[in-house]
Amino acid sequence: MTTRDTRPGSTGGADVPGPLYGGPDDDYTPEQLAAMNRLELDRLGARYDGVEILHVDPGPEPGSVLEKRAIRQVGTVFGLAGLFAFLFVVVYVGSGWFLPDWQWTVTEGGWSAFFTPLLGLLMGLSLLCVGFGLVLFTKKLLPHETAVQDKHDGSHFDRVTAGATLVGGYHNSGLGRRKLITRSLALMGGGVGLMLIMPLGGLIKNPNRGNPLGTTSWAEGVRLLRNDGTPIRPGDQEPGSLETVFPAVPGGNLQADAATMLIRLRPEQVANLEPRAGQADFAYGEYVAYSKICTHAGCPVSLYEQETSKILCPCHQSQFDVTQGAKPVFGPATRALPQLPIEVDDEGYFVARSDYIEAVGPTYWNRERI
Amino acid sequence: MARTATAPGAPTTKLGKAALEVDDRMLLSPWLRRTMNKVYPDHWSFLLGEIALYSFLILLLSGTYLTFFFDASMREVVYEGSYAPLRGVEMSAAYNSALNLSFDVRGGLFMRQLHHWAALLFVASIVVHLLRIFFTGAFRRPRETNWLIGVVMLVLALLMGVTGYTLPDDLLSGTGLRIISAILLSVPVIGTWAHFAVFNGDFVGTEIIGRFYILHVLLIPAILLALIALHLIILVKQKHTQFPGAGRTEHNVVGNRLFPTFAAKATGLIFVVFGVCAALGGIVQINPIWLWGPYNPAQVSAGSQPDWYIGFLDGSTRIFPPWDINLPGDYNIPALFWPTVVIAGLMFTVLALYPFIERKLTGDTAAHHLLQRPRDVPVRTSLGAMALTFYLWLMVAGGNDLIADKFDISLNAMTWVGRIGVIVLPPIAYVVTYRICLGLQQHDREVLEHGIETGVIRRLPSGEFIEVHQPLGPVDEHGHGQLAYGGAPVPKRMNHVGGARRAIRGFFTPIEEPSQVELEQRAEGRGLATGEPDRELTSSGRPADGGRPSEGGRPQEPRD
Repeated sequence: MTTRDTRPGSTGGADVPGPLYGGPDDDYTPEQLAAMNRLELDRLGARYDGVEILHVDPGPEPGSVLEKRAIRQVGTVFGLAGLFAFLFVVVYVGSGWFLPDWQWTVTEGGWSAFFTPLLGLLMGLSLLCVGFGLVLFTKKLLPHETAVQDKHDGSHFDRVTAGATLVGGYHNSGLGRRKLITRSLALMGGGVGLMLIMPLGGLIKNPNRGNPLGTTSWAEGVRLLRNDGTPIRPGDQEPGSLETVFPAVPGGNLQADAATMLIRLRPEQVANLEPRAGQADFAYGEYVAYSKICTHAGCPVSLYEQETSKILCPCHQSQFDVTQGAKPVFGPATRALPQLPIEVDDEGYFVARSDYIEAVGPTYWNRERI
Repeated sequence: MARTATAPGAPTTKLGKAALEVDDRMLLSPWLRRTMNKVYPDHWSFLLGEIALYSFLILLLSGTYLTFFFDASMREVVYEGSYAPLRGVEMSAAYNSALNLSFDVRGGLFMRQLHHWAALLFVASIVVHLLRIFFTGAFRRPRETNWLIGVVMLVLALLMGVTGYTLPDDLLSGTGLRIISAILLSVPVIGTWAHFAVFNGDFVGTEIIGRFYILHVLLIPAILLALIALHLIILVKQKHTQFPGAGRTEHNVVGNRLFPTFAAKATGLIFVVFGVCAALGGIVQINPIWLWGPYNPAQVSAGSQPDWYIGFLDGSTRIFPPWDINLPGDYNIPALFWPTVVIAGLMFTVLALYPFIERKLTGDTAAHHLLQRPRDVPVRTSLGAMALTFYLWLMVAGGNDLIADKFDISLNAMTWVGRIGVIVLPPIAYVVTYRICLGLQQHDREVLEHGIETGVIRRLPSGEFIEVHQPLGPVDEHGHGQLAYGGAPVPKRMNHVGGARRAIRGFFTPIEEPSQVELEQRAEGRGLATGEPDRELTSSGRPADGGRPSEGGRPQEPRD
């Protein structure tokens, strides 16, 4: 590698050290290095990196039984990896071509049920074989060396010199004396930082405007509909049964907080009914309607055990007693399920008398205030 | 000075010349040699962090594939794909595309399950890696920074999991999302504001899947990648810790060089991890979203459980008592706030600060590169066992409905078992672990002092029976060993000190001559055969027997 550039200051090339260059190239000339064999060069480089090779367990003797056996094993495992990979391709490409279709159907139980498991099995086996082959190769055929490397706990020289440069820069900037700049820098940093995060304000919405957390679509005269959109009359339900109802508004059955349970109590339950204070007239005869959204974490309380009058939330096992105004009797919930006041309209269908008088769903900081 | 092509050491082969051309431009060789020469300690527990790294790699690859097909939108569509039971059902576009990915994309279901399994493995390997670091004291100075980064990555991994399993918008993930919403609402003062910022309004809105999507595929992975890079750079700078052993000091690392041994093993491990994930993803069904159905706020399945790593929060939420705190002015702090935000926050804060807490309590501010055996630090080990018991018990409580169902126990009783257990069990775990640690310590000292039990019983002329002990090193005039405990495993069986010949190689038939092995062992000075005249073990290690000379029974150097 010669250079043809002959301008002053440009003699030599990358491999010609400059006057300030230090390092191993000064200690070892190319001639010296050329006189060393590969092992010596390897050890020399290692020593330069602080590594000493203490001990080498050579691999198996070339041509020995041990070596032949190890080669056979590694070769077999790598071969299997290739074979399984090829089979994966066959299954992936061939399904629906020369193999049965891979797409799932209810009636057909055959190939499509095996498609995904086969893909997993073949890819898994193939990759595991690659992995095991590599480990086998390392363990059985490579020499095992024990190397030891020095740990340098930081260099005092580096610290002192780097520190001098850093402090020198700070000193030259004069920031220690030029107080006005320091102060304006603080103001600038704060201001620019604040400015840059300001657009995140677009995420902020006021939760207290219009009380969205405290209201639902239920209102006076809104009918109670089943999920399929049909209204309900008294007498449609057996005593002791529960039906999930939604407000008769567009998309009512998809609203997150409107789902309500309409329960027809059994006569003995009606006899023991202890509604919450001021809510005695919320029921319509033996019918009571409670919010289905758990007051704990908002799961739909779905499991109604009519013998014990309990409603269980399957998420965290809060239990509510429907004869006591759905007040919590066990588990982590603290508030009763809100009760929906209901009556029957002129056509004989259930309607709400108003919205819930309290917020449905999980408790929050200022729930009581709105 | 300029060298010619025939200069000594100049490459003569084509490959060598090409390498020279590259190095001439990129100046790679110093870096390359340093990297290849870097020594890695050889211990299986160092692979745990690597498993986490490799499963993250798999997650990146499989996750990118999934994004080709997933539509993170909550627009209502009608399903018309090939899964007949859901045809005609209204659902979100997200769920629709997740179903299409599972049923109408060739190999899509396999990739989705592979991604899910890799995610479970990712968090699991992080946790086990963290336990290894904790119980061996690898977090001590100078590695506190890496411990902190690790804890942050664990939290991010949990967030990755939560945002990830929410995306399909099925009934199970929607239920999880509802609980996340309730947890946000439960935060005092800012809860409703935070909820409206995250969900863009009341639950559930139309934004949340899209927002979680960008968190899941861009923001959190980018932060994770940066932290992983930082974690590894610091690791390379500080070099590995190692267990104490022959020739190992605070100032060196003993093991294999990166190239070729460690590189080959690590590459092998990548493929093994990938292979295990692929096999699980194909063979073991996970999160069959088509069975859950689309999300509907009015529906839920019994036995809804989150992925395992969130189980502890589910458990704490289930067993926490119904304690709303009512404040003056009609404000209140919901009970839900404590078991979710506070407990999780405390757990991760204590975890993150543990290195500093321990440093404060022990006053040990020195740098440590040699690991400790858990038994040698009984207080830390017992604290760890206590925390682990707490965590695992919460996880068990997260499945209390399943336990109650399968074993026919009252659900309320299971809840109370959870409540009492979480207070009673951790202290018990502390005490038991502490005793076990002391017992193990004592046994190590006993073997060092009296030697290994050989199982050889001798009858003395007086008629007394003694068991012969093999000392591990020189003994004093009382027959007591003089080796001090060095923090390394003490051999406890004769085989550990080469008391037996190594096995003859071969599976069905021997492939080497037994006599050859005998000679080889003799040459290495290993095994009892070397010291044939000394084979007669005459001492019980008791003073009366005058001890026994020191040859034989050198502790074997630990080998991989």
